[in-house]
Amino acid sequence: MIFWKLFYTFCKIGIFNFGGGYAMIALIQNEVVEKQAWMTAQEFTDIVAVSQMTPGPIGINVATYAGYTAVVNAGYDPWLGVAGAFLASFSVILLPFILMLLLAHYLLKHKDNRDLKNIFSTLRITVLGLIAAAALLLATPANFGSLSQSPLQFYLSLAIFAIVFLLSLKKKISPILLILLSGAVGGIVYGMC
Amino acid sequence: MAGYFELFWSFFKIGSFTLGGGFAMIPLMEKELVLRKQWLSKEEFLDLLSVSQAMPGVFAVNMATSIGYRLRGKRGAIMSVLGNILMPILTILFLAIFIRYFRDNAVVESIFKGIRPCVVALIAAPVFTMAKNSGLTWQNCWIPLVAAALIWLLGISPVLIIIVAGAGGFIYGRIKDRKEASA
Repeated sequence: MIFWKLFYTFCKIGIFNFGGGYAMIALIQNEVVEKQAWMTAQEFTDIVAVSQMTPGPIGINVATYAGYTAVVNAGYDPWLGVAGAFLASFSVILLPFILMLLLAHYLLKHKDNRDLKNIFSTLRITVLGLIAAAALLLATPANFGSLSQSPLQFYLSLAIFAIVFLLSLKKKISPILLILLSGAVGGIVYGMC
Repeated sequence: MAGYFELFWSFFKIGSFTLGGGFAMIPLMEKELVLRKQWLSKEEFLDLLSVSQAMPGVFAVNMATSIGYRLRGKRGAIMSVLGNILMPILTILFLAIFIRYFRDNAVVESIFKGIRPCVVALIAAPVFTMAKNSGLTWQNCWIPLVAAALIWLLGISPVLIIIVAGAGGFIYGRIKDRKEASA
């Protein structure tokens, strides 16, 4: 039953996410694309794009959109997709919410605890690997085009990737602007060819 | 004192108008909760911020939970979280339904073809920008490298990696402490 699986999967994603929005994108990608195969890498990439352009925490946005897509892709009515969207975002916050109520007080008192510090400092560098793996897993022919079948798309994708990557390293440029510009380039080039 | 609806409304405004994810909400939260409403001192705000960052989950939601709880208990926490995520959920849901209808449209597909490599780059870049403040050194950089390789090449679950890394950090810290104590 997909709703039970959605609940379980997104509970797991919520409680194991240490390291912000991009780490959560990595966890969601691994569960919904690689493990459960609820959607393709391409669909997931589109979800991330839309989630970055709308207000709110990226983790909530991606969870909501992915919950909807998973249910509708499984062949259910779009209204059940809406239920899936609410369920996914509810599940992703449920366990951290409970944990926060139970432990916030304790953590505030023991924030200099050595064991906790050691655990968190290891997790902070480990999530870098998680995010890198997500980017690698999303760099597929479906997202970039293939050299043999669609060379134009392949080379243009590489160019867009390289430019956006370098501009993002300098930080100041808004991701929304970069997505809009890339979309405009795609619309013009692929629309005309 | 903060009323339930006031809490909801403050977080509703913060959630509805921040683009760019949870961390972009920090200055808005500070302005609304510390400066305008004066519900929290700057010090309390920073304390709750550091706890929210350390806890698992969605950072902005953790902030709403801890602040709402501090001000009005469990119900305050629920109202703050609802306020924070209501508008984002409705917006993304509306777009999800809308985009699905136009998925086969040639123009929409052309636009997304341009956007996809951009999104992959946007996910790849934080690996390097976050590395600066993560405490990454030449001695420990094998950890993220091995983690990435295990997930990418062998299909190991990131959740398992997180569990092992957390346990590893704990044990390594204990061993280091013991060595320092005996030295």
